[in-house]
Amino acid sequence: MAKKKADPASVALNRELLRSMLLQRRFEERCAEAYALGKIGGFCHLYIGQEAVSTGTLSMLRPDDYVITTYRDHGQALARGLSARSIMAELFGRSDGCARGKGGSMHLFDKAHNFLGGHGIVGGHIPIATGVGFAIKYRGGDQCIVCFFGEAAINNGAFHEAANMAALWKLPVIYIIENNRYGMGTAIERASSIHDIYERAGSYDMARDVVDGQDVFAVRDVVGRAVERARTQGTPTLLEVRTYRFMGHSMSDAVSGTYRTKAELDQYLKRDPIMLLRQRMQDAGEISEDEMAALDAELKALVQDAWDFADASPELPLEALYEDVLVDTTSDAADAAAR
Amino acid sequence: MATKVTMEALSPTMEEGRLVTWSRKEGDAVKTGDVLAEVETDKAIMELVARADGVLLKLLVPEGTAAPVGTLLGVIGAAGEDISVVLSAAKDLLAAPTTAVPAPTAKPDVVLSAAKDPLVPPAAAPVAPGDKQALRSAQGDTGGFNRASPLARRLAGDAGLDIRTIAGSGPGGRIIKRDIEAAMSGVVLSEAKDPLVSSVEKQALRSAPGDNYRDIPLTQIRKTIAKRLAESIGPIPTFYLTAGYDLSKVMELRRAMAELGDDFKVSVNDVILKAVATALAQHPEVNSHWLGDRIRQHDRVHLGMAVATDDGLIVPVIFDAHLKRMKDLSREAKELAKKARERKLKPEEYTGSTFSVSNLGMFGIDQFTAIINPPECSILAIGTASEQVIIQDGAVGTCTVLRVTMSCDHRAIDGAVGAKFMQTLRRMIENPLMLVY
Amino acid sequence: MAIMTYRDALNAALREELRRDDRVFLMGEEVAVYQGAYKVSKGLLQEFGEMRIVDTPITELGFAGVGVGAAMVGLRPIIEFMTWNFALLALDQIVNAAAKMLYMSGGQYNMPIVFRGPNGAALQLGAQHSQAWESWLAHIPGLKVVAPGTPADAKGLLKAAIRDDNPVMVLEGEMLYNVKGEVPDSSDFVIPLGKAEVKRAGTDASIITYGKMVNIALQAAEVLAKDGVQVEVLDLRTLRPMDVPAIVATVMKTNRAVVLEEGWEVCGMGAQVVDYIQRECFDSLDAPIVRVHQADTPMPYTKSLEKAAKPDLAKTVSALRAVCYLD
Repeated sequence: MAKKKADPASVALNRELLRSMLLQRRFEERCAEAYALGKIGGFCHLYIGQEAVSTGTLSMLRPDDYVITTYRDHGQALARGLSARSIMAELFGRSDGCARGKGGSMHLFDKAHNFLGGHGIVGGHIPIATGVGFAIKYRGGDQCIVCFFGEAAINNGAFHEAANMAALWKLPVIYIIENNRYGMGTAIERASSIHDIYERAGSYDMARDVVDGQDVFAVRDVVGRAVERARTQGTPTLLEVRTYRFMGHSMSDAVSGTYRTKAELDQYLKRDPIMLLRQRMQDAGEISEDEMAALDAELKALVQDAWDFADASPELPLEALYEDVLVDTTSDAADAAAR
Repeated sequence: MATKVTMEALSPTMEEGRLVTWSRKEGDAVKTGDVLAEVETDKAIMELVARADGVLLKLLVPEGTAAPVGTLLGVIGAAGEDISVVLSAAKDLLAAPTTAVPAPTAKPDVVLSAAKDPLVPPAAAPVAPGDKQALRSAQGDTGGFNRASPLARRLAGDAGLDIRTIAGSGPGGRIIKRDIEAAMSGVVLSEAKDPLVSSVEKQALRSAPGDNYRDIPLTQIRKTIAKRLAESIGPIPTFYLTAGYDLSKVMELRRAMAELGDDFKVSVNDVILKAVATALAQHPEVNSHWLGDRIRQHDRVHLGMAVATDDGLIVPVIFDAHLKRMKDLSREAKELAKKARERKLKPEEYTGSTFSVSNLGMFGIDQFTAIINPPECSILAIGTASEQVIIQDGAVGTCTVLRVTMSCDHRAIDGAVGAKFMQTLRRMIENPLMLVY
Repeated sequence: MAIMTYRDALNAALREELRRDDRVFLMGEEVAVYQGAYKVSKGLLQEFGEMRIVDTPITELGFAGVGVGAAMVGLRPIIEFMTWNFALLALDQIVNAAAKMLYMSGGQYNMPIVFRGPNGAALQLGAQHSQAWESWLAHIPGLKVVAPGTPADAKGLLKAAIRDDNPVMVLEGEMLYNVKGEVPDSSDFVIPLGKAEVKRAGTDASIITYGKMVNIALQAAEVLAKDGVQVEVLDLRTLRPMDVPAIVATVMKTNRAVVLEEGWEVCGMGAQVVDYIQRECFDSLDAPIVRVHQADTPMPYTKSLEKAAKPDLAKTVSALRAVCYLD
């Protein structure tokens, strides 16, 4: 039986999804190396294993939508379209970084991509997302904001306050719980009184859903519906995306650690989202082994280029220490500039 | 409890004294104030008195021995008291007398330098551990000069005032701005509480007794003069002014007085003393002390008169000479000279002069230069009075001329200032009626 | 010039700025339907509608964050705390988000937001409702902090705060809301942030203060004037950035300083003022600086104890007398 000819648009999309996810993977593998070499300092939280969540979600947004996330933000930044160069330079603390090297791994920002930052306080950015939703409604229009956070954040007051107001005021916010099962080392069952955590939205009469976070298409599907809801009804959605972190919490955490077993990790590794997508595309005849190898080589080269770029970028001069504490403008100046 | 008998500083400048005689012997009962010994100081023979009641248990120094100030000379205690601890300590002290006797005058400087640099940790400060007690007492002794407001320190520095010499009127004696302002205007606020003393009150304070001098801050030009001239001639850049005064009217005065009877006889020297004292009262710039960072001009005239003794020169003082009648000056001068020759002057009788006079006229010296007695700024050398030929209004005549030379410390007194004083003195001596004007 | 209360001056500032710029909105507990817990927002809902005058649930952390998010994408929120005591719940948003967003984004996201509300003690409100938080806020780089003490300053500083492109904390006073004073009518009346004002000139001692304590300082200066002592009253008005040249100028002039604040002593605003003085005016001081502040205790409800705990006229007069060595 001859294989059914694939829809070219669908093939192109699937290749884009694969490319996005594989870029994140290859990028972060080199992050681990750079961290070991001391080129990246401080905290560094890897996203490996969760790439279908970022790619699946952000592939459903428009450029004028907004994205805000946590300190585990490399994957989302790449999926949102920030250049590998600007992210790697930021991780290296260099002036060509997306936050001039002042933010670091946890604080990737890019106004050009409406990427409102990686935030370091668990739950702290969830009300901010609600505020962006408020601003969208205030100004009118059909934008939305996607807010990523881990499953551990839903136990924190900021989440509840923010979710309540978004539902109360009908704001176009999509809250994505990346349920990778562990808040640092504490399993969800040890932290939350209910385990189907998307049900928390019921408290606020908010639309909600749960989805397999290793399946990029499944993620796209539920996010797509949430985006539609936001654009047309202006109302929020809480999505629980079940995924798994293949690496430790941070670079100082062993891959399996004391809180989970090697057997559990191995079980989840069988559902590597990139492997699942590749398999599906190969099964559908959408990508050959050679094409796959070529894509991988291209992305590795792209990441190497980012590394070389970051390495060559200078740190900010010392006088930059006092820059950007405050802006020296007022609304008068802004108005004048607008005129 | 044993009390030590030590070599005391019996004159302001004494560093060492010679025990001339013990007035008491071991075993004698003594009471506080009893004379224990006669001690020869650098100036006079003084009495050393007991500082406690008890028995003179031990005399440690034989007669004729010179000992530094602070040396243990003997011990007073209860009869039969064990004084071995005191004596063994004394041995150590005698072995190293200099460590036992901190030179008091040096200490404030140490304190000052230690206080100047707060970055120097205590251990690194140039003060030996043994000096700590001395440091503390030195701080106390200076009236706590460390307690000055930063503003007061700055103002004092700007004005060239030595803050250690200023009394503080703030809490705990803190020297504050008003004290510096007062010092600059010659007023000392000791107990004043009101920070806003009216000018009327300041006027009242200015005329209060006991503060009859003012400190004049050094101007830049004055500082430069002092520095440059000191470089030129020794530490005291001295210059000399000589004048011949016509004694004709003094002679007339002496004759007229002598005719009134022996009780009214006056000597040339008496007239000179009176004239100098009167002139000085009009020239406080000459009646002054050089204090290094400022000049102190005195309103009161404490006239020193150099007296030659067998042991050397000593300068007893006629206090408030400007207020005394010629008769009193004459009597006091004679008494002081006698006491000096008998070495009976007390320290307070030969310290505190504001200006001095040295008279070698009785030795037939025509004129000479005398050496300034610091911190005074000048001294007057009186030569002999001699008859000289003069030409006046084209006619040749004779008159009795007294040659007087004034030595001046140029740091404080400029030539014209000294000359004006000499001019005043001429008016007094050549017209002695001025002395009663 | 019109005579109006501090409350009405704030209301006028809000109204004028809401009219001037439609990006400006007011959000907080009871600001809309209730017309403001202290009626500062009286009439605004009626004029501007519920999208711009927004009642919130009692969620200080939440609605402070909403303000931050709105500011990030171009609105100019005014977030009202019913009192700054409640704002502690929102400190994460103020300190970790608003103050740092510009810096950690490498200059991309500035934060044109105002947080405002009454600060400090009123009368017998007890320990949790009677606290002055300015030193907590002024500690943080990335924030501006103002504390108006008069109706005119309330209007001018709040308007400046709303127009500023940075996060500005406006510390009002419950006990000030009814205080009357002359206020310029002009809708262009803006007091630049960071400028102190000499509220009374004097030569003999300086009292440096701000906010609610300005009136106490002026009364104390009046008392000292009877003894012939001329006290200069410097109202800092802005606590961050602080007008150090103004502090230096007054201390250089009088050589004596009392620093008066409503809050606690340890790490209080006054400590910072004293540091600036010792740094810049060391050689001009003629007396140790004296601070007047709240007693180092939680605020008691007990009337007499509360009076004893608060800085007041008597304590201020006593401090001024002490620096003038009058006692």
